[in-house]
Amino acid sequence: MSAAATWTLITGCAAITAAIKAAGPVALGGRELPAWFLRVIRLMAPALLAALVCVSALADGDRLAVGADTAGVAVAGLVLWRGGSVILGVAVAVAVTALLRAV
Amino acid sequence: MSTIASTSRRSWRAGLRAGLPYAAAGFLLSLSFGVLARETGMSAGATIAMSAIVFAGSAQFAAISIVAAGGGLGAAVVAAALTNSRFLPMGIALAPSLPGGPLKRAAQGQTVVDSSWAMAAQGDGSFDRWFLFGSSAIQYVTWVGGTVAGALGGDVLGDPHKLGLDAIFPTFFLALLLAELRDARARRVAALGALIALALVPLTPPGVPVLAASLAALLGLARRTVDA
Repeated sequence: MSAAATWTLITGCAAITAAIKAAGPVALGGRELPAWFLRVIRLMAPALLAALVCVSALADGDRLAVGADTAGVAVAGLVLWRGGSVILGVAVAVAVTALLRAV
Repeated sequence: MSTIASTSRRSWRAGLRAGLPYAAAGFLLSLSFGVLARETGMSAGATIAMSAIVFAGSAQFAAISIVAAGGGLGAAVVAAALTNSRFLPMGIALAPSLPGGPLKRAAQGQTVVDSSWAMAAQGDGSFDRWFLFGSSAIQYVTWVGGTVAGALGGDVLGDPHKLGLDAIFPTFFLALLLAELRDARARRVAALGALIALALVPLTPPGVPVLAASLAALLGLARRTVDA
């Protein structure tokens, strides 16, 4: 990638990210929101996070694939589920994935 | 010192503490980003600048992977926008908890990152904004720090694929997700969101599956709460 292309990419990503993050707080002002709206908003996090986890662990481009990383994330999930910290979970995920790829 | 100022300071410190494990994991995540970005031909300076200015992990990975796959700059920026689109509902949720005029509100909105946003939610629809700022501040420091380490030290590390660094990203978000699954309704919404996303992976451009998964939150329109 040329230097000009790189900086176009960075500027573009920065501008679009800042605009998206600013949109809600600016457009909505300090208005009170209805209860049904807040219930939906509270459920955005589980919906989006579950999608991010599954897509990043299972998608390889535009197809689904179970790989060493999928196994690593699954074992880490068990560790997290049993009360392990996020940093322990990440360490386990990396170790299991690397081990499976080494054998 | 007024009561409000001391409450803010307490929230800020609580946010710093709560953000610490995510900041540590974020260091590893951004380290892997630094290594991958250098592999696509970006200079170390540009790689570090991207983390410092964009500060959005999933969008940075999305943009870089499209460039690495030979996609255009436009496609890369659109992918970043789609990946970041989840910050739109997050910003809408946060809006009532932010004081000040448009500029100040826009600036405060920049501090939203997934873990901080999720942890700053107080369960009644409102957010502790100083907690949010504290948690994001410490994650910003390690996000840039990890990128510096990856961008400058990647050659020492070796092949990021062999090292299993690609498992960091999903695990990071899995930790956030598990903290959200407190009640039956949240678990149903998470399952539905995952199904929507996985069904769309073969059919849509990257970014769209995750954005479409937010539709699962519409289950919240039903008034009856299972958890109560």
